[in-house]
Amino acid sequence: MKKVYSRPKYLKKVPMHYCPGCGHSIVAKLITELVEEMDIADRTICIPPAGCAVLLYNYFDFDCVESAHGRGGAIATAMKRVLPDRVIFTYQGDGDLAAIGTAETIHAANRGERFTTIFINNAVYGMTGGQMAPTTLFNQKTTTSQFGREMRRDGAPIKMSEMLATLDEGVAYIERTTVIDVPSIKKTKKAIKKAFQIQMDDIGFSLVEVLSPCPTNWKMNPLQSCKWIDEDMTKVFPLGVIKDITENKKVKEAVNAD
Amino acid sequence: MQIKTIFAGFGGQGVLMMGYTFAVAAMREDKIVTYLPSYGAEVRGGTANCTVAISDEEIASPIASSPEFIVVMNKPSLHSFQNKVQTGGILFLNSTLIDEDPSRGDIESIAIDAGDMAEGIGDARTANLIMLGAFIKKTNLVNIDAAIGGLGDIFEGKKKVIEMNSNALTIGYDSLK
Amino acid sequence: MRGNTVVGEAAIRAGCTCYFGYPITPQNELPEYMSRRLTEIEDGIFIQSESEISAINMVLGASVAGARVMTSSSSPGISLKQEGISFLCGDELPAVIVNMVRGGPGLGNISPAQSDYFQSTRGGGHGDYRTVVLAPASCQEMADLTMEAFDISDYYRNPVLILADGMLGQMMEPVTFENYKPRELPKKDYIIDGAKGRPSRFVRSLILNTKDMEEHNWKLMRKYKMITKNEIKCDEFMMDDAKIAVVAYGTAARIAKGAVKRARKEGLKVGLIRPITLWPYPSEVIKKWARSVSLFVVFEMSAGQMIEDVELSLKGSSEVYFYGRPGGVIPTPMELVKIISSQYYQKGF
Repeated sequence: MKKVYSRPKYLKKVPMHYCPGCGHSIVAKLITELVEEMDIADRTICIPPAGCAVLLYNYFDFDCVESAHGRGGAIATAMKRVLPDRVIFTYQGDGDLAAIGTAETIHAANRGERFTTIFINNAVYGMTGGQMAPTTLFNQKTTTSQFGREMRRDGAPIKMSEMLATLDEGVAYIERTTVIDVPSIKKTKKAIKKAFQIQMDDIGFSLVEVLSPCPTNWKMNPLQSCKWIDEDMTKVFPLGVIKDITENKKVKEAVNAD
Repeated sequence: MQIKTIFAGFGGQGVLMMGYTFAVAAMREDKIVTYLPSYGAEVRGGTANCTVAISDEEIASPIASSPEFIVVMNKPSLHSFQNKVQTGGILFLNSTLIDEDPSRGDIESIAIDAGDMAEGIGDARTANLIMLGAFIKKTNLVNIDAAIGGLGDIFEGKKKVIEMNSNALTIGYDSLK
Repeated sequence: MRGNTVVGEAAIRAGCTCYFGYPITPQNELPEYMSRRLTEIEDGIFIQSESEISAINMVLGASVAGARVMTSSSSPGISLKQEGISFLCGDELPAVIVNMVRGGPGLGNISPAQSDYFQSTRGGGHGDYRTVVLAPASCQEMADLTMEAFDISDYYRNPVLILADGMLGQMMEPVTFENYKPRELPKKDYIIDGAKGRPSRFVRSLILNTKDMEEHNWKLMRKYKMITKNEIKCDEFMMDDAKIAVVAYGTAARIAKGAVKRARKEGLKVGLIRPITLWPYPSEVIKKWARSVSLFVVFEMSAGQMIEDVELSLKGSSEVYFYGRPGGVIPTPMELVKIISSQYYQKGF
């Protein structure tokens, strides 16, 4: 019999703690697949956040450094400066990246730090039990917006990717994807691969935002969650490439010249 | 022996440079020295001062609550510092900008027309080192050659500046008998 | 050299290759100096960060990647860094952190003060941890202690804090960098630089299992015990026949030394105990003198913080008197002489 699928080499053989239907486990698997395919395990460093993904280092069989809540961008900045030939990525949730760590994120991106950020947007604080996140949609009910998010009290869902894309040449690549079906998962993998490549080619800061289901805190089943992303979340956070300076001819030539 | 001096004036008069040049001269003579400038918001307001302590043994506090000497370059400094000089101490004042005498009788005061003398040599900014030259002559704390030699360290390679300032030191030095 | 630049040059000469910081008076000469010097050395990295919080986390990143790294700030900025310092301790990562203390609380002022003693010696952030705290009192000590701080920090894998103030930072005194004798240090086998030719590893402070977390805490405590055993530094001046011992550190100790000298000239038997490490605290030295000293005068440029360590050292065995000036006021030696002599005669020595 021909083996058509096997566990990614760099995904440790331990049970994951993620809830059923959670998007984290899919993205974690995609990353380990890419690390294997790109043959970069001995120089990859992950900086997991505070939040549901804090335990990523239990699953990844390559080097990891825990970050305080929101500080991944600062830690990655210094690590990449000290170790410029490593592949370094932060893995951050919406609270981590778009609330408590907004400054670190914006300034690392603006400096064009050569690391990659995987931004998991599930519109809610997962680990702490489903509070309102900076990316929570209008009218979405959470444990701290029990009658739904409203403008005057809570402000609008913040579009970090679009905001970051306005920064100058430091920001090389930003794409928003999701993981609700096979094509979208494939697209996410491709996007992360491209982001890693941009970092390795020394082009600039790269970020992949993944709209990711959180059935437990959304109080939906996994299928409803995927549908909600497809029908509601993508209206506020449209999928696709938001910025890509590698399309710029000059950058292409510079990279090819190496 | 431990001698403390406060140099005071307004920002731009080179008050810190005056104290620093003195400190460097003392260091060249192997004296133990501390140089403490005023800093931060204090200097942004326009007033500047620094304290130089020189000694032949370890200097405990670099701050001068009752210094032996005070050099004041403008009137506000005269008012804020004249009461600090210890009895029998000397107050040096820049008489170009200060048209009054100190209100104390228990100290000696020496007026130097430093501003005008600086104009005389074509650069008003050198009033500080003219003042310092006179200060060195009167106090004899360091040799004038040590101060002139120190300028080479302070203004590394800037020949014109060194020349101008050493000229100022000499003129100030020679202005007192 | 000016105190702030002395710290910078000492750091460079001790092999520091990374500096991260955010502007705040009265320590700006230090980052300014580092921004220039670090471009002159190979692998030198300088970033003016977007915040103090970011700076301390960059410090963590550089440290975990194996570099010698420093940050500096002044009181309010150090408050912001506390979370990161707690993480450095939990992760067991080395770093040198300089605090040019200013008057507080709040924005306070930029004058020299010693009101961050509690924050520095008690941890400052959350959790059971300690940072080594070194308190220089001269430009020369700024140089010596900064260089040694890197070795202590690397040896024990724990942040070291240099506690000075605006006066020490601004003051100029002649300095030599030749006193430094590098220590023999263990290989950095914990750093995160990619799992090449070795199993993958991670650095973290999250330990959800309470028993493991407790063991991690005890491990840190064992380390702190070792530091207490090996690293205490204290200066004693004219103590032999002293009836009154002034206890002071840093800038206050310089003022106190002046006061002690003057009091001696008046024939008063007064000495000075100057802790150089504020944590670990030289309790044994204080205790030792309790036999011959009748009164300990604790002198601080704060409303009274180190006095608690003096009292803890003495455990009631001797009388303690406090004199302090908070808020950035610089007391004069004469002021202290008056306190000393009035106590001296009141007690009938």
